[in-house]
This record gives sequence, structure tokens and C-alpha cells, in this order.
Amino acid sequence: MHPAPSIILFTTLSGLGYGLAAVLGLGLLDASTLSVKIAHLAAPVMIAGGLLSSTLHLGNPQRAWRALSQWRSSWLSREGVMAILTFVPLMISAWFSVIEGRYLPAAGLIGTAMCGITVFCTAMIYASLRSLQAWNTGFTPLCYLLFAAAGGFLLAAVAGYSSGTGGTVCAAIAALFVVAAWIAKHQWWTRLRTLVPLSTPESATGLGNIGHVRLFERPHINDNYLTREMGFKVARKHALKLSKIAVIAGGAVPVLLLVVAMLSGVGAVTIVASVLAVGFYALGLVVERWLFFAEARHAVMNYYGG
Amino acid sequence: MKSEPHVALSEPVSDEVRKTTCYMCACRCGIDVHLKDGKVRYIEGNRDHPVNRGVLCAKGSAGIMQHYAPARLRAPLLRTGPRGSGQFKEISWDEALALATDWLDGVRQDDPKKLAFFTGRDQSQSLTGFWAQQFGTPNYAAHGGFCSVNMAAAGIMTIGGAFWEFGAPDWDRTKLFVMFGVAEDHDSNPIKIGISKLKKRGARFVSVNPVRTGYSAVADNWIGIRPGTDGLLILAVVHELLKARKIDVDYIVRYSNATWLVLDAPGTAEHGLFVRDDNGKPQVFETVTEHVVPLGTRGARAALSGRVELPDGRFAVPSFQLLAEKYLDPQYAPEAVAKETGIAADVIRGLAAEIARVAFDEAISIDQPWTDMNDERHEAFVGRPVSFHAMRGLSAHSNGFQTARALHMLQVLIGAVDCPGAFRFEPPYPKPIEAHPTPHGKAEHFGSNKPLSGPHLGFPRGPEDLLLDAEGKPMRIDKAFSWDAPISAHGLMHMVIANAHAGDPYPIDLMFLYMANMAWNSSMNTAGVIKMLEDKDPDTGEYRIPKIIYSDAYSSEMVAYADLVLPDTTYLERHDCISLLDRPISEPDAVQDAIRWPVVEPDRDVRGFQSVLIDLGARLRLPGFVDSRGKALYKDYADYIVRHERRPGIGPLAGFRGSNGDRTGRGAINPEQLNRYIENGSFFSVHIPLEAQFFKHANKAYQDFAVRMGFFDEPKPVTFQLYQETLQKFRLSAECLREPVAPETHRERILATFDPLPVWYRPFEEAAVSREEYPYHAITQRPAAMYHSWGSMNAWLRQIHTKNPLYVPGSICDEIGLVDGDWVWVISHHGRIKVEIARMEAVNSSTIWTWNAIGKREGAWALDKDAPEAKKGFLMNHLIHELLPPKGDGMRWSNSDPITGQAAWYDLRVRIEKAERAEVSEPHFGAVAPERAQAEELRYGQEWAK
Amino acid sequence: MTLLPSSPTPRKLGLVIDLDVCVGCHACVISCKEWNTGGYGAALSDQDPYGADVSGTFLNRIHTFEVLPEGGQVIGEAGEARIVHFPKSCLHCEDAPCVTVCPTGASYKRAEDGIVLVDESKCIGCGLCAWSCAYGAREMDLAAGVMKKCTLCVDRVYNETLKEVDRIPSCVRTCPANARHYGDLGDPGSDVSRMVAERGGYDLMPEQGTRPTNKYLPPRARKPLAASAGSAVLAENTDGAKGFFAWLDGMLDRI
Ligand SMILES: Nc1nc2c(c(=O)[nH]1)N[C@H]1C(S)=C(S)[C@@H](COP(=O)(O)OP(=O)(O)OC[C@H]3O[C@@H](n4cnc5c(=O)[nH]c(N)nc54)[C@H](O)[C@@H]3O)O[C@H]1N2
Ligand SMILES: Nc1nc2c(c(=O)[nH]1)N[C@H]1C(S)=C(S)[C@@H](COP(=O)(O)OP(=O)(O)OC[C@H]3O[C@@H](n4cnc5c(=O)[nH]c(N)nc54)[C@H](O)[C@@H]3O)O[C@H]1N2
Ligand code: SF4
Ligand code: SF4
Ligand code: SF4
Ligand code: SF4
Ligand code: SF4
Ligand SMILES: [Mo]
Repeated sequence: MHPAPSIILFTTLSGLGYGLAAVLGLGLLDASTLSVKIAHLAAPVMIAGGLLSSTLHLGNPQRAWRALSQWRSSWLSREGVMAILTFVPLMISAWFSVIEGRYLPAAGLIGTAMCGITVFCTAMIYASLRSLQAWNTGFTPLCYLLFAAAGGFLLAAVAGYSSGTGGTVCAAIAALFVVAAWIAKHQWWTRLRTLVPLSTPESATGLGNIGHVRLFERPHINDNYLTREMGFKVARKHALKLSKIAVIAGGAVPVLLLVVAMLSGVGAVTIVASVLAVGFYALGLVVERWLFFAEARHAVMNYYGG
Repeated sequence: MKSEPHVALSEPVSDEVRKTTCYMCACRCGIDVHLKDGKVRYIEGNRDHPVNRGVLCAKGSAGIMQHYAPARLRAPLLRTGPRGSGQFKEISWDEALALATDWLDGVRQDDPKKLAFFTGRDQSQSLTGFWAQQFGTPNYAAHGGFCSVNMAAAGIMTIGGAFWEFGAPDWDRTKLFVMFGVAEDHDSNPIKIGISKLKKRGARFVSVNPVRTGYSAVADNWIGIRPGTDGLLILAVVHELLKARKIDVDYIVRYSNATWLVLDAPGTAEHGLFVRDDNGKPQVFETVTEHVVPLGTRGARAALSGRVELPDGRFAVPSFQLLAEKYLDPQYAPEAVAKETGIAADVIRGLAAEIARVAFDEAISIDQPWTDMNDERHEAFVGRPVSFHAMRGLSAHSNGFQTARALHMLQVLIGAVDCPGAFRFEPPYPKPIEAHPTPHGKAEHFGSNKPLSGPHLGFPRGPEDLLLDAEGKPMRIDKAFSWDAPISAHGLMHMVIANAHAGDPYPIDLMFLYMANMAWNSSMNTAGVIKMLEDKDPDTGEYRIPKIIYSDAYSSEMVAYADLVLPDTTYLERHDCISLLDRPISEPDAVQDAIRWPVVEPDRDVRGFQSVLIDLGARLRLPGFVDSRGKALYKDYADYIVRHERRPGIGPLAGFRGSNGDRTGRGAINPEQLNRYIENGSFFSVHIPLEAQFFKHANKAYQDFAVRMGFFDEPKPVTFQLYQETLQKFRLSAECLREPVAPETHRERILATFDPLPVWYRPFEEAAVSREEYPYHAITQRPAAMYHSWGSMNAWLRQIHTKNPLYVPGSICDEIGLVDGDWVWVISHHGRIKVEIARMEAVNSSTIWTWNAIGKREGAWALDKDAPEAKKGFLMNHLIHELLPPKGDGMRWSNSDPITGQAAWYDLRVRIEKAERAEVSEPHFGAVAPERAQAEELRYGQEWAK
Repeated sequence: MTLLPSSPTPRKLGLVIDLDVCVGCHACVISCKEWNTGGYGAALSDQDPYGADVSGTFLNRIHTFEVLPEGGQVIGEAGEARIVHFPKSCLHCEDAPCVTVCPTGASYKRAEDGIVLVDESKCIGCGLCAWSCAYGAREMDLAAGVMKKCTLCVDRVYNETLKEVDRIPSCVRTCPANARHYGDLGDPGSDVSRMVAERGGYDLMPEQGTRPTNKYLPPRARKPLAASAGSAVLAENTDGAKGFFAWLDGMLDRI
């Protein structure tokens, strides 16, 4: 699949935003501190930024509101609906934190749950597609959720360290989620790389009983919408290298930095280390998301020799 | 559940439908052009049209984009920069016509042969030929010489008609269909419709073709033959049939010259010619009375074998004996030809067995009594349901004439010509050779300011009809009807530029071309031709070919080489006539012709070429174009179509003649004729009576019908010429036994190739170059969705073939380590090209190939300069030379069939070498037109979106 | 509308494509483009139409495959490589994922005849339906920003301004090889259903669980020519020319 920057940006940014919002909803941090107030504002901004970038990616963004109508069948619609609904508890929590300086458990926990559901919906958009065997697995929502949680706790750690309380708890949980997320991702990758293709040129054409099927001529010589959108292919060699980079940047380095932060306990080091951890994590995540698309082979490529 | 959205289901398609004839290719399907708001909304096939019965091909459906292509020429152009620069200024038609008249008139007064008038794949040869004849130049031909004259000439000289547009398989009845070397052909849609019918009926379809694409892809059996060896395959089948005695003896006795006695008198001027009586009647040997009697003697039972002593003491044998002895020879056994053809002996035997089985064991019959030309009555039409079709895969080789003849011989031997289930003639064919003229163009045939005394093209009956001067040198600029190509019935268009440039046989002043992209895909040695067109005489500073007038409708490569460009209309904007006098669209059961008419008005300053030609004819005061007072006879082409008469009562169109429009074939001029055609869907069709539908070559009812229709003034039955006497006359000349004697230089080659019985010889290029050095064949194929060069300016079609890869057999890829996307050098004895490859398995293992004419020159066709057609597309033509490699005899022979002069495109031999990957194919030429801005997006029909 | 209609729909309109006769001529491709670019919904645009990166929206495309039998040889009769032309447009699936994924309801399957359509006035151009289609049957029109797909020529098949015979899809009407057939696959007695039954028509990628309506007819089995080589037909044999001419004389007597 073509790794469209807008979609990568969307899933990365909104994933971090939802993660942060979800963690804030747990009430682990002191809602009255400035940095937590900022976090309460940053989370919706990240979410909105992500949503905006994906909306602009549409052919007819002016009709985007229509996407809310088909929640009964469409994960994309569900995501849209959830995204909007989730803003309600998030805004309430934010109000209470920013204006009133306190944590409202009901709003917070509902927000956490809804963030989780929204991320799940996002993941299910991909995971529900049979045409993309790589994505069509329960590991996909698992990874999305774990990555969102890890990102949320990482960001929460920053907020905690900056506010002086709760940093270490968040950092510790973050480290656990980072590890868990990459383990899940590792499973996801293992599955992907050992997949027996569900569909093949033989099944796509039904000609397998005559022999081995190979594309001879494309319908049109140049690329078309389908090959541009779905024909993206990353070399296996590069994919392996990039997944290592993703794991190191998004997994090993953040965990190390979190350990540094936790060991040093308080002060500037913790903040710097946790911020760096977030930065590396985000970088790792962007690479992971890029690969998520780039490595996924669409069934239509059976018709295009890819 | 919510209700579904409302969809407008019953919108009228258009405001108006106008029925005309497609011209995205020469198949000439009927089209319904839907017009909405004055624009073309939709083009679909005319369901009533006999050619396509409602279907259309990709090109036909893309007519909208052809009609609105930005590459259309807009006004007459006068060259301002050097040739090839694409620098022109637009001039008015008055200026353009005055200039053209001036140039043409000068030549006509001075020396009419200094005009070379050659036309491409137009469909108005009866007009252009007539014009050229009235002008008086001997140098006229259409494009048949580089196209498929081998097919036409071999067919006409053997059975009186040819595969090439003059006949068709009996699609509804054939049980075995064998197709040789066809990718698309002119009968594009009818062939596809036909193949589909065969498949539905469960008939077997065999394709003989080195490449398995298109039609071959759906064939039941594919014979991936090595190019240039079909003659051997066919003769091996003949060998098997003779051996197994699977011959229709009755048929060959009745309808062929198998019984005609051939004089066996070696060393004399008549050796190998038919024995004739004083009236010129061929003689046969009567087996009951044991007398030599004239053909047609009542009750005579003519022998097919035996050596007969003639009354004058000389000896003769029936021609069939020569035939049988020749092909029964073990050299034609399947085993003997397997290696050369690349076809296993069992496959050849299997093919022969199937042909024999279907022809004889599955014979069919139509219970319809009929009478033959000997007044013998037959109770039924007996059919041998084996049919054949062939095109350029056979004919574009230097042995193509003889190969095509071999195939026709095979058809006759099994009795499968124009019977139910077999190949059938389309009127006005069959026509015996005697119904064709001999060529005109000898010195006594023309002169200053007068017409040529007869038609340019025809069939020489022997060396005496060649167009030679007193020294035996060619009279025509293309050297047609010279010793180089004695039976070049369609001329040699591919030699015109080279000869004119060399001044051999003489220099010309003016070249007038129409609808042929000679500076690109229709020339061999394209780079060389470009140089010749650009070349100046250093002494005078004048171009070696001093003046070029060209008519095109689009900005093709050739436009850039013209001095004066006459912009034509598109096919939707003009009158045209698809005439029985030219290349008709008849079917085996019906006589048909058609017209085009302006279904939309031109939005540019362009004029239909035929009208322009008629205008020029009047300005030049050519007989036939002006009356006795010098006044123009015809207003325009439409007027000419209606009022021109070739013979009294016979004009370009056969339908709706007579003052009431109720006469067919012959009849008075009907001023309403075009309207009647338009009302009828722009075509006319009249059915042949059932009694006359088969065995037309010898069917009394058909012959009478043909006379009524005006094809002939008296019946002209055809006797199939298995043994071709004309060819033997050339051999006698080459043996110095007959006048005129062939020049010494040509004798060996005439003796080797002019066999009166079909032979196979190695294609010349293959024989001339080292087979080790150039181990592979390189050929091209027509893509179904493109017509030569005229698809690339079409925004829809060009997406299908934006560039052309070179297809290389898997075995060769493995041998030299090539994968898809690699680049190679392809090297022939003449040149080298650098191109991108793609792997293919379904191809003869020594054959590489590509799609024809996809490669474009930068700047042409109003494409951006970095269009893939120009950057990566390529022409095979750069590798093909118009001359064969020197043989050391001091001669440079043309790369053509020695008999007909047909361009031997597919004789090409090459080797390939791996090259660096690249972005641009080589050779690459500079732009032929200044760059122009193009639309970034096309949304045709958006105004109608609902 | 994004929910699928109850299955099966009363009628299942679709195409049957005969791979045994498709010659890969692309006629259906262009005819489809031509019909639809002035018909249902936005025009089918072409980008860079005369330039280097030309591409456009097409609702039907022809792919060409080479099929290599195990141990196949390049030339000759047995087991050789084959070329199969393969037309492909929307299969109007019964379990059409392209419908259920659509967030706006633009993509829908008609309850009456099963035709899958896009209501362009609702389409936001998110592209998800194209992702969900394993067959590559949906293409986003870059100029209009809406999803385009084969409409089964819904504006022809019900078009009362057309003659009865012409109420068939443009691609079917134009196909010179008669490789495309249109009809109701829900009616076991229809021509198309019978054709499918007789010829072993099959689904593309059944494993995708989409249950396509369109069916493909496989290339017919082929009988090699070499198998006829040993047949009795050629058994009658001539020993040299003499024997042949003797036979000829006999034949002449019979005429
Ligand atoms: N390598 C290789 N070369 C080949 C062949 C091959 O198989 N392989 N095939 C050969 C054969 S058989 C042929 S027939 C030739 C064909 O070669 P050409 O005769 O050159 O055919 P086209 O490319 O169709 O070019 C004809 C010209 O007609 C113009 N034209 C199109 N429509 C109109 C119109 O309405 N009016 C006018 N006045 N002009 C129009 C086009 O713009 C184009 O410039 O190519 C030959 N060249
Ligand atoms: N779509 C489309 N239709 C066209 C044209 C076009 O450009 N496009 N051009 C028109 C013109 S001008 C012409 S002349 C006709 C020509 O019509 P075709 O004769 O069909 O044209 P070619 O593409 O030259 O096809 C020749 C076939 O012969 C095969 N071949 C080559 N060498 C040999 C050989 O030695 N033996 C055998 N058995 N096969 C061989 C090639 O693989 C190819 O398939 O088509 C006409 N119709
Ligand atoms: S075959 Fe195609 S291009 Fe040729 S006349 Fe027919 S529809 Fe037109
Ligand atoms: S083929 Fe694709 S677009 Fe058509 S119904 Fe099936 S899934 Fe949807
Ligand atoms: S592109 Fe249009 S039709 Fe497709 S899923 Fe999105 S909104 Fe629906
Ligand atoms: S049915 Fe209509 S829309 Fe669908 S492929 Fe055929 S022509 Fe195109
Ligand atoms: S029009 Fe018919 S034969 Fe041609 S590509 Fe389409 S389905 Fe195949
Ligand atoms: Mo041709």
C-alpha cells in the first residue's frame, strides 16, 4: 500500500493524542498542575490535528460530515462518530483540569474507555479488510491499542515529570507498554513475513488449473490509481532494516531513556530523558506506520504482477 | 432502511444519431454517431451494418478522442524553417492550391514522370489512381507494396482472389480454421466475430504464428513456427495429403489447370509453357480417345498424369503430374522440414490429418441445384469445411509470394475454395488475371501534358509487359515492374524516397504523398530516410528531393518533412466512398459498398483531401476533371461520387443508381444517391441469390449476376492456376530462351524463385547474413487497440500502449541474464537500437518481437516531448534496411520479394546484447515540432454529468 | 445504505466473461470509458492526457496473463505457454465489502438487482472502498474526487429511450468476440446462468468471501494436434509417384 504521509501522520498523531487522553483520564496525575493542564489541551489538539490531516486527504472534504452516518457497518464511520463523541468527555476533563484544577473521575474514565474504543475503531478500519491480509488480524488492533497506550504513558510521564508528581509511575507503565507493544508488533511482523498468501495470481484469475500464472501485460502501461495507491512495494531487505530502526528508535531507546529518567528520579534529567523518549518513540512509530502500509500487499496486486 | 438514491435511468443518450462509416482503421465498420449539443457524445456500432453487426473495436470506440485530438492540423502550412524543424506558417487555401497547381503544372508540362504521387492506406484509390492517370505521371501507387502485395498477387494469380480483403472464411460453416501469420488484419471485427462463432460451434481453430497473442491466444492449437518457414510447413502438409491420396480429384479437374498440358521441351522458348491451340486454348489429354484436345471439349476426360506425345512430335505432361512429383519428394516429408520450421513432425502430420479428415470425412452439402460454366448441373453445393486465412506473417517475407501461393495450392487440392465451409470470395472477386489490366508506364504510354494511356498498376503476363526503357532500365521511380520486381502489382512505395534521393533511375521534382507516415513508421531504415529527406545537393543548395506536398490530418512525423501541407478533415467530417472499384466491403453472400459523410462540421480551416484533389485536377485542367471548355466537372468529392462514371452506368457507388434509385450495380446517375445511402445507414448491400453464392469462379448464375452488377461486361470465370505459367515465362527469359532476355545480374535469382509451382527458399536476409552472428528473428505485430501511428494522439488509446517493450523469449533471457525492465542492444546487419525488454514464454524460441509503430518521434502528434512514446517507445524499422546486405555482385538488391517487390519487413535477423539500463531508447531524434502547451487534465463529457 | 440488502437480491444482474474467446482487444475498455464519461456521474477524467504520466479513470480493464504449465516447453503442441486475456470490472459481489466499509452510505448495493453503485453526491472520496475491493474494481476520479466504478451500465439496462436490444451494457454490446454476456445470474434459467452451468463458470478469489455475481468461463480444454498424427486418416499411403498416379487414374474413372 502507498504510505500516504497524511494517513501516517493521522494515525501516529491521533494515536499519541488518544493515548495521552486515555492516561489522563485515569487520574494518575495531578490535574491542577500546569503541565497536566497543558497535556489536557494537547491531547485533543493532537487528535484534531490527526483528524484534520486525514480529512484533507479526502477527495471531497466538504462532505466529510456524511462519514458519520454509517456507523452500523463501517469502521471508518464508527471511528468518526467515536472521535467526535470522545471529544465530549475529553473536553469535560480538560475543563475540570484547566479551569477547575481537578480530576473528575466519571468524565476521566469514560474518556479513557472511549479513547480506547476510538483507537480500536481506527485499527479495525485496517484489520477488517480481507483484501489486505497483512492487516486482517486481531494483532492489528492489539498493536494499535498497545502503541496508543505506550505513547499515552510516555507523554504522561513527561507531564508527570514536569509537574513533579506521578512521572515515575507513568514512566514505569510506559516502559511496560512499550515493551508489550513491540512484542505484539513482533508477532504481527512474524505473521506477515510468514504468511501464506490468501489470494494468488492463480486464485485471482482462476487459471491455476492450467499452470503457473504470471502477468504478461498490464492493462495500461503507465501507473493508474490502483497501482499508485496499492502497488507500493518495499524491498524485503529494506523492510527488515527499517523494522530494526523502528524497534530501536521506538522501543529500545525510549525504554533506556525511561530507565534513565526513573533512576534519576527528579529534576531536569527526567524531563529531558522523557521528552527524548517521546521523540524517539514517535519517530519509531512513524517508521512502524510507514512499514504498516508499505509492507502490506493488496490482493489487487495479483492482477498487476506485484 | 432508507430508500435508495434516485438514479436517472432513462436519460436519452443524445439529441441525434448520424450513421456513417468508421475510419479508425481500414475495416470500415458502420457506426452510429450520437451527437449531443453539437458534440460527439457516443459512438457505437451500427447493428444493421453487415461488416460489424453492431460491435466496435477499441479504436472505433475511441473515435471521440481521435476527432478532438489536439494533434489535428488546423490550416494549410507552408514550410518556413529547414525540413524536419517543424517550422511552418499557416496560409490560406487559395495560396496553398495556387502553389500546388503551379508546382504540379510545371512538372506536367515539362516531364510528368518527375511527379511521384503515392498514397497510403486511404480508401479512394479509384480516384487517386484516376487522377494520376489523367495527370500522366507513370509514378503512382498506393501503399500495397509495403503492405501485403504478396498476399494479393499470389491470390489473384492462383485463385483469382486473395485473403487480403477479397475473401473470408465461411465462419458459419467451417469446422477447421487454420490461420497463418495474422495479428489483426483489415477485417478486424469480422475476424473476431468469426472466431467467436467458431468457438461456439466447437470448430477447431489452429493458429500458425511465432507469437501467441491476440487471436493466437484463443486458438485451440498454436503452432509457434520459426518466421519465414511457413512455405515448408504448407508443402509438408501437401506432401502428406498427396501421399495419403487426400486430394479432391474431381475438384481440381474441374476448376484448376491441373489437367492442362505443359510442354516438356527443355532448351526451347516454350518449355514449361502450356500447350495451346491456335485460338490460345490450353490443351488436355483425353483418356478415352487418347487424343490431345482443347480444354472444354465436351465429354473429354482429361488426364492428370502421363507423358503425352503431341501431334508436332514434342512431349507434354499434365501440370498436375509435375506438381505431384515435386511434392511427393521426401524433401517435403514432415521429418525433413521439422528442424527448419521448428515444428515437430507429429504436429505437421496431425495438422495434415485434421485437414484431410475434416475436408473429406466431414464434408457438408447445401441442397441447392446450380449450373457450372460448362452447363453442367449439380444437385448441391458440396463443401469441404476447412478454411484458411493468412496475412502479413506470410506475405512480409521475401519468400512470401511463393508461400502464399503454396497455401492457395493447398486449398485447391482439397477442394476448399469458395465452397460451403471454406474460404469464400467476396464480390467483385473472383476475377481472372485476364480481367486485370497490364501495367502502364512505358515510354510510349505517357508524355508532356497528356494522360497515361492506361492504368498504372496491373499484372504483367510475361516479361514483355515490364515497364522498361530501351536499355532495360526501370521506367518507374519505385522500379516497379522492372526485373527487380516484375510483378509488383501494387508498386514499391517503400523504395520511392530512397530512389528519388539517389536519382536512380532518375531524379524527380515533386513528391506528392497522402496519408502515409513515410518519415517514420512506414519506411524501412527510418534514420536513413530522414537524412534523405533532409539531404541537399551541395552544388545547388537545393533539397535532393526538391519539393514535397503532403496531406495528413494530424501532425505526424511526415508533416515536418513537407514543404506544403494540405490538412485533411477527420473521418467524421468528410465524404468518402468505399467503392467496389477500390477495396470493397462485400461479403461472400452480398455485394456491399458504403460512404462516409460529414456528421460534424470541421471547426478548422481544413478540407477533405479528395475534394482538394478534384479541385487540383480542375485547376490543372486534367481530362476527366474539366469539361471541353475547361470548366470544373465536379464541385467536390461528394459530387464526384455521385456523378463520375467509369464506364457508362458504372460509378463509384453501386447502390441506389438509376434516376429513381432503384437500380443496382449498373444504372444512370442518381442525384439523390448519397441521401439514399445516408437513410440506409451509409451502406448498401445486395444479396447474391443462393444459387450463385458458391463456386463463384465457375458458377453460371454468379457469373451472370456479376455481369448484371457491372463487375464485368461478359462472364469471367476463373480457372485456378496451380501451375503459374507467367512465372515460367520469366524463367525462360532468365535462361535466355525468351525475349526480352533477363539481365545477367538477375538470372540466377529469377531461376531460383520464379518457380511455376510453389517453392520455399530461404528468406534473403537470413541467407545473406551469418546465422551465428544474427541468431534471432525480429518481428512486429499490430496491437489491436492501435492503428499504426494514429493512436498515440488519442488520449484514451495511448494509455494502453504508451510505450512498447521488446518481448524476448524466456530461454534467451535466461541465457544472457535478462529480467523485465533490463535494456538491450538489438543489432542487425544494418543498425542497432537500445530498448527495454520484457520476458515472454509463449513465443517461438528464436523470435523477439514488439508492437508496431508505438514509438514516436519527439514533438510529433502534439505529445509532450517527454512522452513515453518518444522516450522509451521504439521502432523496429531502424534495424531494417531497404536494401539487402551487399553480396559482392556489385548490386544492392532491395529488401523485397523478388517477384512482387513486397517489403520483407519480417525477414529481419538480429542479435541482442545486454545494455546499461537507461531512460531513453536509441536512436533518439530531435523534436520535429516546437513544444506546445497541453491540457493537464481532460474531463470529456463533464458538461453532461448529472 | 451501507448495509447490504438482504441476500440474495431478487435479481442478480451481472456479467459472464468468457476467457476462451477474449482476444484482449480492449474494445470493452474504451467503450465503457466512452459511455460512462458522459453518462452516470462525473466524467471519467484523464490526467496529463498528452504527456509523460498519462493516466485516467477506467471502469473496466484488460489484463494479460501468461500461464505456464509445469514443465512446459516453449514451442510445440504439448504443454506450451499460453496467453490469457483477462477483462475485469466490478463483480457486483453479494457480500460486497466495498459497501459495508463506506462511511457515508455513498456506496450501496441495489436491493432490487444487486447492482453496486456509488452515489457520487455523497461520496467523500476517502478511498476506503477501493482498499476493501480485492479486485481493483474501484478507481477514484482524481478530478472529481469521487469514487468511480462499473455501474453495470444501469443507465442503459433500464433505459427506456433505448431499443430493447440495446438495453445491455456498453462493453457487452461492443465486444467483437462476444466474450461478455449480461443477464440475471439469480435466475437459474437465464442464458447466463445456463452458460455458467455448462461451462463451469467460476468466481474470482472465492477465498475473499465476497461472493461475486460476475462469473468467468474458463478456457476450453484443448486437444493437441499431434494426437491426430497417428490417426487412420493418413494411413492410405502411396509408395512413390507411380502408385500415386495409378490411384489417380482410378479416381478419374470414377468421376
Ligand atoms: N516495422 C514495421 N513497419 C511497418 C509495418 C510492420 O508491420 N512493421 N507495417 C507496414 C504496413 S503493412 C503498412 S500499411 C505501413 C503503414 O504505415 P503508414 O501508411 O505510414 O500508416 P500510418 O502510421 O497509419 O500513417 C498514415 C498517416 O495517415 C495520417 N492520417 C490519419 N488519418 C488521416 C486522414 O483522415 N486523412 C489524412 N490525409 N491522413 C490521415 C496519419 O496521421 C499518418 O500520418 O507500415 C508499414 N511499416
Ligand atoms: N489494430 C490494427 N489493425 C490493423 C492495423 C493496425 O495497425 N492496427 N494495420 C492494418 C494493416 S495496414 C495491415 S497490412 C493489416 C495486417 O494485418 P496482420 O497481417 O494481422 O498484421 P501483422 O501485425 O503484421 O501480423 C502479422 C502476424 O504474423 C506473425 N508472423 C510474423 N512472421 C511470421 C511468419 O513467418 N510466419 C507466420 N506464420 N507468422 C508470422 C506475427 O507474429 C503477427 O502476428 O492489419 C490492418 N489492421
Ligand atoms: S475495426 Fe475498429 S477501427 Fe476499424 S473500422 Fe471497425 S470499429 Fe473502426
Ligand atoms: S468487485 Fe469490488 S467494487 Fe465490485 S462489488 Fe465486489 S468488492 Fe465491491
Ligand atoms: S470513497 Fe466514497 S464510496 Fe468509497 S468508501 Fe469513501 S465515501 Fe464511500
Ligand atoms: S457494464 Fe458498463 S460500466 Fe460496467 S464495465 Fe461494462 S461498460 Fe463499463
Ligand atoms: S471487447 Fe471482448 S474480446 Fe475484446 S478485450 Fe473486451 S472482452 Fe475481450
Ligand atoms: Mo498494411
